[in-house]
Amino acid sequence: MSEYLVEVKNERLSFFTPAGEVKALNDVSLHLNEGEVLGIVGESGSGKSVTAYSLMGLTAYPGKLIGGELDFNGHHINDLTERDFRKIRGSEISIIFQDPMTSLNPVYTIGNQICEVIRLHTSKTKAEATARAVELLTLVGINEPEKRLKQYPHELSGGMRQRVMIAIALACEPKLLIADEPTTALDVTIQAQILELMMELKQKLGMAIIMITHDLGVVSSMCDRIAVMYAGRIVEYGTVDDIFYRPEHEYTKGLLRSIPKLSEKEHQKLVPIEGTPIDLLNPPKGCPFAPRCKACMKVCLREMPPYTDLDEVHYSACWLLQKKEFEAKGGNA
Amino acid sequence: MSEPIKKNPLSLQLNVEDFLPADENEKQSLVIMRESVGFWKDGMRRLRKNAVAMISLCIIVLVMIFSFIVPSFYPYSYEQQIRGAENLSPMTYSEKEQAAMAAGEKVFPHVLGTDGLGRDYAIRVMMGSRISLTVGLVASALILLIGSLYGSIAGFFGGWVDLMMMRIVDIIYTVPDILIIILLATVLKYPLGNLAMQPGFGWISVVGVNMISIFIVFALLYWVGMARIVRGQVMSLKENEYVTAARALGASNGRIIKKHILTNCIGTLIVTTTLQIPSAIFTESFLSFLGIGVAKPMPSLGSLAADAIKGMRSFPYQLFAPAIVISIIILSFNLFGDGLRDAFDPKLKN
Amino acid sequence: MGKYILKRIALAVLTLFLVCTLTFFLMNLVPGGPFMAEKAISAQAQAAMNEKYGLDKPLTEQYVNYMERLLHGDLGVSVKQRGRTVNQIIATKFPVSAKVGGISVLVALAVGIPLGSVAALKRGSWLDNLIMFFATCGIAVPSFVVCTLLMYFLSLQWGLLPTYGLSSWQNYIMPVMALAFYPTSYIARLMRSSMLDVLGQDYMRTARAKGLSQSKSLFKHALRNAILPVVTYLGPMLAYTLTGSFVVEKIFTIPGLGSEFIGSITGRDYPLIMGTTIFLAMLIIVMNVIVDIAYKVIDPRIKLK
Repeated sequence: MSEYLVEVKNERLSFFTPAGEVKALNDVSLHLNEGEVLGIVGESGSGKSVTAYSLMGLTAYPGKLIGGELDFNGHHINDLTERDFRKIRGSEISIIFQDPMTSLNPVYTIGNQICEVIRLHTSKTKAEATARAVELLTLVGINEPEKRLKQYPHELSGGMRQRVMIAIALACEPKLLIADEPTTALDVTIQAQILELMMELKQKLGMAIIMITHDLGVVSSMCDRIAVMYAGRIVEYGTVDDIFYRPEHEYTKGLLRSIPKLSEKEHQKLVPIEGTPIDLLNPPKGCPFAPRCKACMKVCLREMPPYTDLDEVHYSACWLLQKKEFEAKGGNA
Repeated sequence: MSEPIKKNPLSLQLNVEDFLPADENEKQSLVIMRESVGFWKDGMRRLRKNAVAMISLCIIVLVMIFSFIVPSFYPYSYEQQIRGAENLSPMTYSEKEQAAMAAGEKVFPHVLGTDGLGRDYAIRVMMGSRISLTVGLVASALILLIGSLYGSIAGFFGGWVDLMMMRIVDIIYTVPDILIIILLATVLKYPLGNLAMQPGFGWISVVGVNMISIFIVFALLYWVGMARIVRGQVMSLKENEYVTAARALGASNGRIIKKHILTNCIGTLIVTTTLQIPSAIFTESFLSFLGIGVAKPMPSLGSLAADAIKGMRSFPYQLFAPAIVISIIILSFNLFGDGLRDAFDPKLKN
Repeated sequence: MGKYILKRIALAVLTLFLVCTLTFFLMNLVPGGPFMAEKAISAQAQAAMNEKYGLDKPLTEQYVNYMERLLHGDLGVSVKQRGRTVNQIIATKFPVSAKVGGISVLVALAVGIPLGSVAALKRGSWLDNLIMFFATCGIAVPSFVVCTLLMYFLSLQWGLLPTYGLSSWQNYIMPVMALAFYPTSYIARLMRSSMLDVLGQDYMRTARAKGLSQSKSLFKHALRNAILPVVTYLGPMLAYTLTGSFVVEKIFTIPGLGSEFIGSITGRDYPLIMGTTIFLAMLIIVMNVIVDIAYKVIDPRIKLK
């Protein structure tokens, strides 16, 4: 039994495609307390969503968990059957997806789709479920909820639909809400509204959130902890302050250099990270970031860097940290 | 924190050289780029890997050899009636032929027997497949020509030209095609027959009036599907950034059509045309079976099957031979077309 | 929506008008016109015919008269079956064809939809391969081949079913099988691909994330969406069933409109050919309009546009 709400230890997950094994997750570890917000940041294909989906048993075919321990709210995820997963999905753990345009079924009304999840996990009658749906729509800031219940998804705007998705996710007051790039498909002004709504609801309902995003701005304002992922590995993990003010991994530093800062008085030049992510079908032997790394060393090309603890929370996987320790010890191990 | 090596199960032996900066070449050698392959090469590779499509292609080639090459040196002709050799079973001989063989002559076997008029059935089936294949290929070529021309004009010019042209397509699309085909096939033989009498039009009777009316029917009605597909392709390609870019760089309309639009349409064109062949063969056999297709004594697989029904109880192989051949032809073209689509239609490419 | 229906109906009327016009002028290509092809008719009878149908008048006037009669629902008189109008013939023969065709359509839907869905759900399995093998054969084998093979084995070889007529329920089995074979295969293929498409949609992931069981998410969320393309096939399927009946009714000697039509072609009963063509064309066009409009009604995404 884990002391945390979510604890993932050394998770390995691969997609067995006809072209070969794609190592989507390679030794991923993270944990989360109740009511905390964890941000997972990284480029497309770095394994952010895969990590979150595996917690819900939603890993897409042909993906398979091949190693590690996953615990959530007293459930040992590794041992859960599809039937067990069904009980916790939508009730203890919920998810909202990136594209609210396609995540709602176009042929059913909003009310139908909200009541569905309520009636699935509770013993409420149809009338009670409808009353709860109205309550939920009010909660997520949709006006005229009774009218909206009878509408179809295509009659609502993108922001509204995402609010409906949030209402569905929160219908059974879950312990954990996974938000998979919830604002990427929305207009900038709507983005802020949705994020604000999520934080407000977190205050009210007290659930933990895993926020998956490639937007560092989003995590800085919302999260307690941040995991930076690259090519199926967490390359750095720490509090917001750790990541933003004391980054140790070259990739994290690169990410921070590539976003504009309003606080800077002088015009600072944005520095992009050169190169492209690696092909996970043929991963290099050493550090996956090595080919793009400015400080790449010979060992980086040969060996995967080990995790180096920097304090209780903060850790990173970079040979430079090992180099420091190596030198501190006097040169020869 | 004090014992980082413990977290690392590899427990490496590290030395100072390991921490020297790596040079650019070393870094680049690490990146394994997947080989980039061209559209054709990639498509051909996928097609070759598709066993079903390749087997279908082999069958198609085999059927073509049997229907276009073998008949020219086959010892029997499709209209030659051998007296005393009516309704022979496969691989048997008439009394006369047996006598000739006894006298030491070589007699070519009737591989599929003979029909009620003493005609060698194997050559009739081969000629029947020739008709089916010809109809399929010529009709598809016509459809490709008319449909792609019409569709690309409508798609490229857009606006009211497109609106008018597509309204016509809509109307033809809603016309019940089989009914009109039957009507045309029934009626067209009269004016075409008259035309064949005129000097300079003698070729009409060579090809056969019914065959030509079938072609006319296909050319009139079946191109609309192709026109719609081509128009859709051209419309969406026209909107693509690379076409805008080419235009911005000063490329002419002709160059844009040739270089950008045609090369991008060609996969779809090939696939659609290939899949059109079996549907044309299907329709031709249907018409011939009903007795409104190719005229006698020219055999078609459909009319062979229709003629064989009367004697089905006694000579079932006369029915089975054309039935199986027509099914195999249509099936092979369908499967090969599906294979082509999987290999060349980039929309289905993952 | 209303605008769409109006547009669709206008298009159908235009098509129908063109089909009628085409039929008229095509039939006039027959030497001597449609009513004079029969040599056996005496000179007096011919003159009477000419007068009755105004064949001595110029073509344009004939055309106007013809269209006028069509508008009143008068399809003319058969020249082979003395004294019977085309309307009477259709009225007696069509119900027979409609019964066989209707059963075939229902069979095709009832078999094709589940088969296609199962194939999609079990994609890549032996079951999927088996279903798709039969479905691929089904769209490749012409109906006359299916008919004759069924007849040879089930009736002539094994004596299980009667070969011709429609006297008992056993008589329906083979014609329905032959007529439903192609549409069943087509629907199975259509259903499989649309089901695969739907299963990959985001809202199916949402359904799973809600904790719905597979069967429930399938029946409620997938089926309703996946079935929409099948609705669009209903129109073409009707056209196929009607024209397919020509072959099936000929082989199994069913006294329906299909065998009547083929009989009229071989017997050169031109008024009957014209009348039947126009009747069937109207049926197909009207059905297509109904299906198109029904599709818009079923799919709520289009409703308000």
